[in-house]
Amino acid sequence: MKVLVAVKRVVDYNVKIRVKADKTGVETANVKFSMNPFDEIAVEQAVRLKEAGTATEVVVVSIGPAQAQETIRTALAMGADRGIHVQTDAEVQPLAVAKLLKAIVANENPTLVIVGKQAIDDDCSQTGQMLAALLGWSQGTFASKVDLKDGTVAVTREVDGGLETVDLKLPAIVTTDLRLNEPRYASLPNIMKAKKKPIDATTAEALGVDIASRLITLKVEEPAKRQGGKKVGSIAELVDKLKNEARVI
Amino acid sequence: MATYKAPLREYKFMLHELFGVEEVSTWPGLEDATPEIFDAVLEEAAKICEDVLFPINRSGDEEGCTFENGVVRTPKGFKEAYDAFREGGWTSLSAHPEYGGQGLPHVLSFLVEEMICSTNMSFGMYPGLTGGAYNAIAAHASDELKQKYLPKMASGEWSGTMNLTEPHCGTDLGLIRTKAVPVGDGTYKITGTKIFISAGEHDLTENIIHLVLAKLPDAPPGPRGISLFIVPKYLDGDGGPKRNSLACGSIEHKMGIKASSTCVMNFDEATGWLCGEAHKGLRAMFTMMNTARLGVGIQGLGVAETSYQSARAYAQDRLQGRALTGTKYPEKPADPILVHPDVRRMLLTMKSQVEGGRALAVWIGKEIDKSKHHPDPAEREAADDLVALITPIIKSFLTDMGSETCNTGMQVFGGHGYIREWGMEQLVRDARIAQIYEGTNGIQALDLVGRKMPMHMGRLLRRFFHPVDAYIKEASVKPELQEFILPVAKAFARLQQITGFIAQKGMSNPDEAGAAATEYLRFFALVAIGYLWTRMVEVSLPKVDGDDGLFYRGKIATARFFITRILPQTNAHAAAIMAGAKPVMEMEDAAF
Ligand SMILES: Cc1cc2nc3c(=O)[nH]c(=O)nc-3n(C[C@H](O)[C@H](O)[C@H](O)COP(=O)(O)OP(=O)(O)OC[C@H]3O[C@@H](n4cnc5c(N)ncnc54)[C@H](O)[C@@H]3O)c2cc1C
Repeated sequence: MKVLVAVKRVVDYNVKIRVKADKTGVETANVKFSMNPFDEIAVEQAVRLKEAGTATEVVVVSIGPAQAQETIRTALAMGADRGIHVQTDAEVQPLAVAKLLKAIVANENPTLVIVGKQAIDDDCSQTGQMLAALLGWSQGTFASKVDLKDGTVAVTREVDGGLETVDLKLPAIVTTDLRLNEPRYASLPNIMKAKKKPIDATTAEALGVDIASRLITLKVEEPAKRQGGKKVGSIAELVDKLKNEARVI
Repeated sequence: MATYKAPLREYKFMLHELFGVEEVSTWPGLEDATPEIFDAVLEEAAKICEDVLFPINRSGDEEGCTFENGVVRTPKGFKEAYDAFREGGWTSLSAHPEYGGQGLPHVLSFLVEEMICSTNMSFGMYPGLTGGAYNAIAAHASDELKQKYLPKMASGEWSGTMNLTEPHCGTDLGLIRTKAVPVGDGTYKITGTKIFISAGEHDLTENIIHLVLAKLPDAPPGPRGISLFIVPKYLDGDGGPKRNSLACGSIEHKMGIKASSTCVMNFDEATGWLCGEAHKGLRAMFTMMNTARLGVGIQGLGVAETSYQSARAYAQDRLQGRALTGTKYPEKPADPILVHPDVRRMLLTMKSQVEGGRALAVWIGKEIDKSKHHPDPAEREAADDLVALITPIIKSFLTDMGSETCNTGMQVFGGHGYIREWGMEQLVRDARIAQIYEGTNGIQALDLVGRKMPMHMGRLLRRFFHPVDAYIKEASVKPELQEFILPVAKAFARLQQITGFIAQKGMSNPDEAGAAATEYLRFFALVAIGYLWTRMVEVSLPKVDGDDGLFYRGKIATARFFITRILPQTNAHAAAIMAGAKPVMEMEDAAF
């Protein structure tokens, strides 16, 4: 069984994000980039499936600039077998990513596709769902547990107010949530081995996919500064303020 | 709290922009060490150091090691951290592939060590000593012993120690009393007491391989009568491992690196094997001491980096007073202390020496790789000479700098620096030992002046003087570099002059060399770092208006600070040296 994992190169979660002076986006020059944390969880899950003997091959895809290869290498160092790099310097929105992944799925024929539930840069949480729709496959999103059986996969989902378990027919799409696993550190020998694993390069054109943006970003601004808190004297006053000042109840 | 994020941007600057480290992958045996591998390894090491080692640094300091019935326990979390570290393959980074190592360049291993020391210097002692013991065995032991010990030491399943010091002798190892008696079957019985043995006993590994200096019955007196032995904690027994007759008698209560055990080791007819030739043990030990000395220099650097990062963050955050020239941040109740000239002076003193010291370490790290792998023997010899020359300077200058930097970092925090929970005083305590062990810094200075300076008729010195001289000539004609290189050129000329002065005077009276040694070493270090700062300026100047301009403008301002405010310390050192030995030696001993 082949598992396909998509990984995105994003501004590292430790970096304090700054909005560009011209408000066209956030500052990305000379900030540290790393693999989207949810995607690390996806890679970890796939590698565990392989270690358990369930998966036979783990293929990692990344869509992005030349440096996205580093992100693929990171996944290879964690234990994935080979990489596919769809090179583009353009902004790629979730629908375009889903279409590209669909094209790659057509070439690779995986039984399971694992992606992060969202990327921490744009927080869209759309790619997995769109890909499932485009392929007409089942989807198990926000997974905190993935249990593969013969021809099906049970996915425990983190939903509002609790957990929900769904049984999906394979092939299927899973999107990962934080509690699914704790990604490993790549070991030194595996970092060295990763260097020798193959990464195929391709482009959106070669895959026959139009990646033009459907959404236009007008401007990006910092969220408004938080106002200081207020101390209330009684529960009645709190209820009153929630009702009349904050208007949330 | 102490703050630390691995300075990966700094590392890239050093490796790829300043020293062109891609060159190492053209040397036979290092083909795999491409620039991408450097970056990938550093990034992954950074994760382990930040996420696994740093969180147990302060708790390890509070708890310390404990000793009960001959058993030493490391603080909570250390065993788990060690296992993660070992399973990640980090114990074998630069060990030779023949015995299970990764065979990666030393220059890379330096930076990984720096991160380890930045995040948990105590932890780093355990794999650090294993590395030293590994090197000594690899260089001197028989093939059989190598096969037996090295693979498990490379994998970190077994650890190593170096047992030199005894109660009555530390610096003067010629005095050691530990005895080795041949049994006749190729083994020896080792008897004696060693003190201050780092990692002598602990609960991290299943076996501990002690390297012990001892005297054979027919040993000539003094340092020429010392042999080196491999003495494992566990021997092969019929039904599995069997305890050797050696034990930890107690552990020391000490100022810093409290999570590193410092042990009294009692050997009572313990079984050992000769490592290298009889009576040549001190020389064998020196192979591992050289790498170990560089490693200790890196400890100073690592701890200093954490102190600097923490002080920088605190200075940006702490509001106190207003800028002398008028309020800078009117929206705040006071300006951050970063606006005050004296605070900036402290931070720049730290930054300029940490980054300058790192440049020195990375340069020499790459030269070590060159000395082992360059195809041209002449290049290898030149690199080896330079490494030998600069080793005492790295050990001594980087650890003095490390200690001073941590003290300055504490000062930036004011009273909070003195309070335990901020972590700054731990850095001061941890950094302090590095000036003492692996040969005190005074001994390093004597090594420079007494051994390295005259070696091969000054050939080692020329390995530094010639290329620096050539660079000065080249840089002096570039107008944009003159404000940096001219003061360096002046100090450099003075260094050469003083070198001649010491060589000449020391010939007739060795006390002259001894009295000048410490100042001379500092002088040398400042010139070397001034030279490196100029090179950093040269790399940075064309990039000041680019994407990452702030980084490069910071480099140039830091260089300017170093050249104008630190390098002039050479003037005071020169005056002290030129005063000769008399002011130091004339007083009668009884008048002290
Ligand atoms: C925490 C810790 C860990 C250690 N770990 C180890 C270890 O793992 N293995 C090990 O074998 N040892 C270890 N040591 C011992 C350490 O290496 C010695 O303490 C050190 O070498 C100095 O020896 P000493 O303490 O006997 O001082 P001494 O040799 O008595 O020196 C005292 C002072 O005199 C100076 N001095 C001595 N001789 C000369 C000279 N000829 N010329 C000029 N000045 C001189 C010294 O510079 C020093 O300032 C450790 C020590 C500590 C505190």
